[in-house]
Amino acid sequence: MRIRITFSKQGALRYTGHLDLHTLLERAARRASLPLAYSQGFHPTPKIQLASALPLGFSSRAEVMDIWLTSDIEVSRLRIDLQATLPHDIQILNVEKVDDRAPALQTQLIAAEYEADIPDEYASNLTSRLAALSEAKSILRVRRGKTYELRPLIESLEAAPADGSEKTRLLMRLTAREGATGRPEEVLSALEIPPDSVRVERTRLIFRG
Amino acid sequence: MHTPRHAQIENKLDRILLKVQKPGRYVGGELNSVIKDWDSVSIRAALIFPDIYDIGVSNVGLKILYDQINQRDDALAERAYAPWTDMEALMRAEGIPLYALESKRPLSGFDIIGFSLPYETLYTNALNILDLTGIPLRADERDSSHPIVIAGGHSTTNPEPMHAFIDAFVIGEGEEVIHDIINIVKKFKDLKVDKFEPSNLPTFKRENLLLELAHIPGVYVPRFYQPHYMDDGTIARMESLAEGIANPIVKRIVAKLPPPPTKFIVPNIEVVHNRASVEIMRGCTRGCRFCHAGMITRPVRERSVDEVVAAAREAIRSTGFEELALMSLSSSDYTHIMELVTAIGEEFKDEKLVVSLPSLRIESVSVDLMDKLRDRRGSGFTLAPEAATERMRRIINKFIPDEDILNTTREIYRRGWTTIKLYFMIGHPSETLEDVQAIADLCRRVIAEGRKVAGMKVKLHAGVSTFVPKPQTPFQWVACDTRENILAKQDLLRRELRDRNIKLSWTKPEDTLLEAFLSRGDRKLAEVIFTAWKSGAKFDAWGEHRKFETWMSAFAEHGLDPVFYTHRPRRTDEIFAWDHITAAVRKNFLFQDFRQSLEGQIRVDCRLNCYACGILPTFIDLRRDHPGEGWKCPDVKTPRRERVVHSRQVSVISEQSSVIIDQLPVGRE
Repeated sequence: MRIRITFSKQGALRYTGHLDLHTLLERAARRASLPLAYSQGFHPTPKIQLASALPLGFSSRAEVMDIWLTSDIEVSRLRIDLQATLPHDIQILNVEKVDDRAPALQTQLIAAEYEADIPDEYASNLTSRLAALSEAKSILRVRRGKTYELRPLIESLEAAPADGSEKTRLLMRLTAREGATGRPEEVLSALEIPPDSVRVERTRLIFRG
Repeated sequence: MHTPRHAQIENKLDRILLKVQKPGRYVGGELNSVIKDWDSVSIRAALIFPDIYDIGVSNVGLKILYDQINQRDDALAERAYAPWTDMEALMRAEGIPLYALESKRPLSGFDIIGFSLPYETLYTNALNILDLTGIPLRADERDSSHPIVIAGGHSTTNPEPMHAFIDAFVIGEGEEVIHDIINIVKKFKDLKVDKFEPSNLPTFKRENLLLELAHIPGVYVPRFYQPHYMDDGTIARMESLAEGIANPIVKRIVAKLPPPPTKFIVPNIEVVHNRASVEIMRGCTRGCRFCHAGMITRPVRERSVDEVVAAAREAIRSTGFEELALMSLSSSDYTHIMELVTAIGEEFKDEKLVVSLPSLRIESVSVDLMDKLRDRRGSGFTLAPEAATERMRRIINKFIPDEDILNTTREIYRRGWTTIKLYFMIGHPSETLEDVQAIADLCRRVIAEGRKVAGMKVKLHAGVSTFVPKPQTPFQWVACDTRENILAKQDLLRRELRDRNIKLSWTKPEDTLLEAFLSRGDRKLAEVIFTAWKSGAKFDAWGEHRKFETWMSAFAEHGLDPVFYTHRPRRTDEIFAWDHITAAVRKNFLFQDFRQSLEGQIRVDCRLNCYACGILPTFIDLRRDHPGEGWKCPDVKTPRRERVVHSRQVSVISEQSSVIIDQLPVGRE
């Protein structure tokens, strides 16, 4: 039985990386006595697939994972049991049963949306820098010693006032295909905003179909 | 608007955490951490393991205290660890004091700061942590506005090198004494103090509080003791400066091991020992003469199989950990080990759980035990022969014939483990190059035998550390091996063990000598530690931070010679810097055992033959009240004598008590 779970990841868990999140979810499933399916082989690992790694420090309102169970279990029951054993910084938002033969989540992902709260010191004339970036035909960036083209990975980029405050919030929709993943921190750098001074939240994952 | 300190700290953290490695170390929020309402309790304790989170978070000793304190309605306990150097630099730059992970409040706002000091290379880290809290480093510079700084753990069986920085040491087991300490701190916090002069109030009150702490059995408050020295720099005597305080200070024990902790903190990041553990037994009856833990954790007390299995079940249920460790100093000696391992195997048979069982004796039964646990996921099978010649094995009182080692290792390879790790020590008293050569020979024989049964894939890892003569052991009279000898012995091993299937690891002589002078030091070492820390020494347990030259300069600055502590032969009648502290094993017993070592005489497991080490007369009432299998000391049959059991008179221990021990167990043939 294959289950798809959408969840948020906030607070202290922003500082738990992708591999550690796998371990955390496995432990929560064990605490909840869920009949997790394991891979075959010498080092069996539980079958848990996350749609997309969330960069360290980001919070999220829209993480998606698939887990495989060895026996059927009622979806609403699973939601209650698993939520009870998860740290409170993870909240389950949706649980659904999916076809066992459905393609892997990672192959279906096409884009992701992010919100970034821009500190005041970087907010002045942001609009003009955004315009310049949007109009640019090419944005060459260097990452891990390799030059790559960032521009085609940006699907949309706009500034909006954050809810009920004077702060500026940047809304990004970036490509998230295998081998073509736009990174919010690269966009921030291109806007001359130091990424480690910005709170970024993933708000949506967009899948094919 | 005024922002509270903890909110300020949280705001600042948000701005720096993405600049450091593994920020998950600094945010808390783990499952099973306990966050109590700050204002609902009167006493707040911060428990500190003075190394990074990755190493400290799984420490079971602090976990026990964390539970003990948080179970009280009137107190809370939170945790802190040493920040790694990148985080420390940013904290200092941003003016962030060290804070507790649960509430993010600065440690200076707690009533009690409790350090775990299991080994000596944490001393500079403890100083660095105090510095990061803003609390004065020296105990005599603190007043009643500062927390009481306490410390416990194995290294405090010689507390003297840290005497200047710690207000009160706990000697022995902490489960009960922590409550005595909290009760007294609470009593003083509640005192109406307006009758004193305001000007002298702060120090006046703290002094009284510390004096009361000094009256708790097992608590050592250094300021109430004054050493007097001989002309040669050794101790003449230790004078008590207050009426009615213990001298010597006898360690505390619990008569029965309380229920083990099960709600372990589940870290959100990868750490060392990411697992649940259940202590199955405390203490060890083997009497290996080099072993500090074996001498200071007596008597042996076991938990029942049922209690261990129930605790293991609860621990896995409440943590979801994928590994369970059954902890003790010598698993094979647990009375019902086969029954326990069978029960654990049965309990978790449907689960993907790795069960580890450390410290197994070198015998084929151990292989059966590990087979039952199906523990092949670990890196290999570990055994500790410690020495490789019959002479050496007699000296250290760990006598395992080569034949047993070869039979056991052959069986391990035959059953499918490909890697065996063998622990040895060099630098034992009177060791020669021939004894070291024998280590290499034995390793080669082990691998040759392994190849016969399992082919060329078999591997051996020889971990060869260097012996440090520790306080409170039979070898406290001997000198540490010299740097030149150590290097020559390590050279020999490297030369002799050139086989690509044998991996050799060793300890740098500098690290051994550092451990030696820190563990064998007197009060004068405090200034050396302070100066070394001031000059940048910290994380001394981490090879990459090794600062031996800094330490040597610190010795020179104070006109002290490290050789006095490490290599000086000790007179048989010398009064050691730690003699006013006792783990209830008599010095006379230790000396006899040392003499027997020189004659190559073995002492068998003391379950079979009680050697009257001193534990039983000291804790006779506890044993009488807890007869039977729980303890491995003989039962006490004499009726309780009418005597004034007053906490302030524990010093009677040093006299040889005329206890009659009935029915000594008969030795095995």
